[in-house]
Amino acid sequence: MSESGPRTIGQRVAKLDAPDKALGRAQYGHDVRLPGMLHGRILYSRFPHARLINLDVSRAKRLPGVRCVLTAAEPFLPRNGIRRAAPGGAAADNPPARFGFGKDNTPFKGDVVRSVRDEVAGVVAVDPDVAEEALGLIEVEYEPLPAVFTFDEAMAEGAPILHPERGSNLAKTYRYAHGDLALGESESEVVVAADYLLPYVAHGCMETSVVVAQFDGRGRLTLWSTTQIPFLLQRDLAEALGLDGSQIRILQTAIGGAFGRGLDIYPYEPIAALMARKAGAPVRLAFSRTEEFVAGPARQPVTVTVRAGARRDGRLTFRDVSAKLAIGAYISWGLVTPIVMMETTASLYEVPHVRFQADCAYSNTPITGAMRGYGNPQSTFFIETIMDRLAEAVGMDPVAFRLRNANRPNSVTPQGLVITSCGLKECLEAVGAAAEQFLPRNGIRRAAPGGAARQSSPPAPAAQPAPDARPTLRRGIGFAATLNVGGGARIYRSDGCGATVKIDDFGHVTLVTGSSEIGQGSETVLAQIVAETLGISVEAISVVNSDTDVKPWDVGVHASRTTFIAGNAARLAALDARAQIFETAAELLSADAGELIAVEGMVRVKDDHARAMRIEQVVRRRHLREGGQIVVGEGWYDPPTQLVDKETYKGNISAAYGFGAQMAEIELDVETGQVRVLRLACANDVGVAINPMAVEGQIEGGAQMGLGYALTEELIVEGGKVLNPDFLDYRMFTAADMPEIETILVETDDPNGPFGAKGVGEMGGTPTAAAVANAIFDAVGIRLTQLPMTPERVLAALDAKEAQESA
Amino acid sequence: MKRLIQLTVNGDNIEKLVDTRRSLLDLLRNDLGLMGAHRGCDTGDCGACTVHLNGRPVPSCLVLAATCDGADVITVEGIAHDGRLHPLQRALVEKGAIQCGFCTPGMLMSALALLQERPEPTEAEVRAALAGNLCRCTGYVKIVEAVLAAAGELR
Repeated sequence: MSESGPRTIGQRVAKLDAPDKALGRAQYGHDVRLPGMLHGRILYSRFPHARLINLDVSRAKRLPGVRCVLTAAEPFLPRNGIRRAAPGGAAADNPPARFGFGKDNTPFKGDVVRSVRDEVAGVVAVDPDVAEEALGLIEVEYEPLPAVFTFDEAMAEGAPILHPERGSNLAKTYRYAHGDLALGESESEVVVAADYLLPYVAHGCMETSVVVAQFDGRGRLTLWSTTQIPFLLQRDLAEALGLDGSQIRILQTAIGGAFGRGLDIYPYEPIAALMARKAGAPVRLAFSRTEEFVAGPARQPVTVTVRAGARRDGRLTFRDVSAKLAIGAYISWGLVTPIVMMETTASLYEVPHVRFQADCAYSNTPITGAMRGYGNPQSTFFIETIMDRLAEAVGMDPVAFRLRNANRPNSVTPQGLVITSCGLKECLEAVGAAAEQFLPRNGIRRAAPGGAARQSSPPAPAAQPAPDARPTLRRGIGFAATLNVGGGARIYRSDGCGATVKIDDFGHVTLVTGSSEIGQGSETVLAQIVAETLGISVEAISVVNSDTDVKPWDVGVHASRTTFIAGNAARLAALDARAQIFETAAELLSADAGELIAVEGMVRVKDDHARAMRIEQVVRRRHLREGGQIVVGEGWYDPPTQLVDKETYKGNISAAYGFGAQMAEIELDVETGQVRVLRLACANDVGVAINPMAVEGQIEGGAQMGLGYALTEELIVEGGKVLNPDFLDYRMFTAADMPEIETILVETDDPNGPFGAKGVGEMGGTPTAAAVANAIFDAVGIRLTQLPMTPERVLAALDAKEAQESA
Repeated sequence: MKRLIQLTVNGDNIEKLVDTRRSLLDLLRNDLGLMGAHRGCDTGDCGACTVHLNGRPVPSCLVLAATCDGADVITVEGIAHDGRLHPLQRALVEKGAIQCGFCTPGMLMSALALLQERPEPTEAEVRAALAGNLCRCTGYVKIVEAVLAAAGELR
């Protein structure tokens, strides 16, 4: 053990990839240059729903610099060299391979387009501008069809059916319940209800989607990709292209932001492969920013009705949530977001009686996918604003009310979540205290200070403006908490990750992990875990994590799982390597392996520091001899969790749960409706912070997204078209817009986490919108139920309140 | 139409025949192989392509290369000396201000321009100077912290 050496866990270690990024040397997908590389562009539909009558690509083909044009007629790659049988004659000779989560998508669309992001044709040319010009020469004749843009439209009688072979636009339903709703209602002394409307949101990755595809002379495909799921993409791509997964190699470049964008296969990926094959050259396909907003996945919008009750003593009695989701024209991960909405509804706070139902329908709108928080920003907004209404209705302080119902360590929720470590109480107390601490500095008057010791008190009246402020400014504070998986999430049959640790003759250690670096800092945290286990410094470690030909399997970077899952795998691999070192060192030092410790690059006999060798000496002595062996440790970690039951949706999906709470302090101008967030305190139960600087970075970055979700970010979709596909009209928070962010790390030392750590990647932005909405209520007494809370919506709510009061 | 231009990029004299429709960003990335300036939007909204043009920070996607005849251009590749990180680069690395890193080169160039003009900026001035550079990872907290720390060191 390394107990006597300097610890790497808990240190603010700089990211291993940061120097190259600072020097402008990191290679992103946009930077890949291969000899003879060509450029692809995609032509999308002009209509949200239409029949393709005619497609004339002849002029595009003749444009100088164009190498080829692809359409749905493009033959698919033969499986294992044998062209598939064609039972239906010529047209079926090249059946469109259906891929995607719902097996309902094809690279190019041949008969019907179902959204304005539907791929109609593709051009490969010597440069992107020529390809773009060629797109304009493709003549497409459409016969527009009636379209549906909302859940209700999609489910109305006589609505056009997007995928006629399915018989209905209804794509999926979810029905969850625990307890007895009627009993819960009858036990309620207060009941509140509200309808919510939550928008499309874009990932806003600074790097647009990009892929480079190349076939080698043996017919093997290499894809340079920004994916978060390299091993699943191998499989999905194989399916889409009619190849075998063994013929596909995924190389991950430096990734300029992901946030869930890369969790599915999208048509542009097989299209790039088809382009490379047809052109006989490597092809790069890079999205423009407009394309990124229009053809990328979006956060799932949702309309929700919520009812909830409580007793006067502050105990929750029931929650009843019903949600409607328009998931776009093809199924991606948006369809599964209700699983997480359900988790928040059923398990954030202790609620005895819960019903959750959600219905998902196809619509002629943008595809919805996974985005940081994955359903949780949506559900935490409606659950935590409802909590605030309940606190108000029972006349309790909002923090005290939440504490009364908080989840506890070593408990099992009725949904079956096995909660081990749980710092929700500490997080709530911390943001309560933060509210108190901020008060004098900002001149906010508030009746009751925050914190666990607070007694029930009536909700504070609208806060008074600071003495020197404009008379139209009102200030308020609001709270919200969050529950998020923190120990993986069993969404697939395996939630595992593999790793190997090699120690070379010079004491240099190579960690090969199945997991990926997407900017979040995983390789640094994993290196710290290996360093701690082997008693060496992080400087002695390289991490290899970008090549499916090299690294062992991992399910992907999602569900805040990497520190926990890949961390445990890396630790197991390092322990295996250490055992090999100890085996040899025991011989050389005439000691028992159990007496050895690894510290400061040495193997030492405990209590006899004179008997010691450098690790690299042991490695050399182990293999530079007859019958020698190299030092390569292996680790595989798949957490002890369950797939949720298909009928009841119950089960322990994660090996640990993360908790957090935020306090937002806002200033609202009643004349303009403008809301400015002044401070945001974020407390998170992270188990143990392996790298506090990286953890803070996750929370601070999450806060930027949460603030945008609260106040500014909305992908405006009208008639199936995105109206604001650029950063000028899609407003993300800038450095000048950001409030002061205070991060508070609550450490609960999770029993199953690597060195006690839990996942934290998604929690930073999840409760923010609710905290801001609750602060707006605190300031001016309006309850907003639609995001983002724009000045127009604030003013409308203020007007409605005034009208109601004067009536 | 093409035009012959002469300019200096990171101190090197460059002579190039450029298509008059191409941007300075195109010139840097496609003709000179300088990949540090990143193309995040191509419309001047994100700041990832920021470089110094005659001492001022500009989004290089909005500058036509043909107009750069006689210009002095500095990119992120030109600010480290003798293989050592510039203090501002080092501050970003050490303060955890880099996550995905796509915005980093543009951030660096905007921040460097600020520090050259105002060696002792306030936090508000730093935030204002970086308001044209979007970041989706960090919430800007550690970027601002790093710029202020570097300012202290450079003084």
